[in-house]
Amino acid sequence: MILTTLEGVPGKTIMEHYGLVQGSTIRAKHIGKDIMAGFKNIVGGELKGYTELLQDSRKEAIERMVQQAEELEANAVVNIRFATSSVAQGAAELFAYGTAVKVE
Amino acid sequence: MDILLQIIIPLVLLILGYLSGSYLEKRHYQSIRERERKMLHVPLVTFGAKQTLPKAHEAQLFVGTVVISIDYFKKISAMLRNLVGGRIKVYESLLDRGRREALLRMKEDAMAWGATQVLNVRLETATIGGRSGGSTDPGSVEVIAYGTGIR
Repeated sequence: MILTTLEGVPGKTIMEHYGLVQGSTIRAKHIGKDIMAGFKNIVGGELKGYTELLQDSRKEAIERMVQQAEELEANAVVNIRFATSSVAQGAAELFAYGTAVKVE
Repeated sequence: MDILLQIIIPLVLLILGYLSGSYLEKRHYQSIRERERKMLHVPLVTFGAKQTLPKAHEAQLFVGTVVISIDYFKKISAMLRNLVGGRIKVYESLLDRGRREALLRMKEDAMAWGATQVLNVRLETATIGGRSGGSTDPGSVEVIAYGTGIR
């Protein structure tokens, strides 16, 4: 599966469009990380626990999107975009979407 | 005694936040500048979608994420700023650091893969509420940078 943020795949031509595919995941932070974050909110700096959490959920969102694309028998997803939002207190939603295509 | 404690604790936090916050920020900026200089030869561009695609054999998605927290000093000074209005410099530097760090992480990944260019780079920012939750002040900012590396 080829994933790009472009409208096509360099070196290949799009044979067929299958439409929008998307994947999203909502993750809650856990209390240990939250306590660390509370402390970091005083001293500043990177919140490594949250960065990891986001990376994991981003990967999962992509996986779900790819799964949808595979069901459509696409071999690439083009023009991928990400979006995030905090739905509830302490939970973050990560959302990935793109267009499933067949390239050759 | 109680009143004294109520004054002393925030004051200590303020000083602690200022010292560690500005130290971490300085160190972070140093590392950002160094890494940016090292990686100058691989261009990041924001176009790519509405243009003819460059010639390449392979393309792959690369993502960089970072979550950066504010410190107590930034929080208080932004709160004071809110009273009089104007630029909140402490937040500007926070967001700037976040964006540049996310871009660098994406670029590092792309360069490890052997990318000659990263096209159509997009940035996404979100705030994660502080522990107080529901309030408008960002406890931390989260930045995602993503683009297509080609080789």
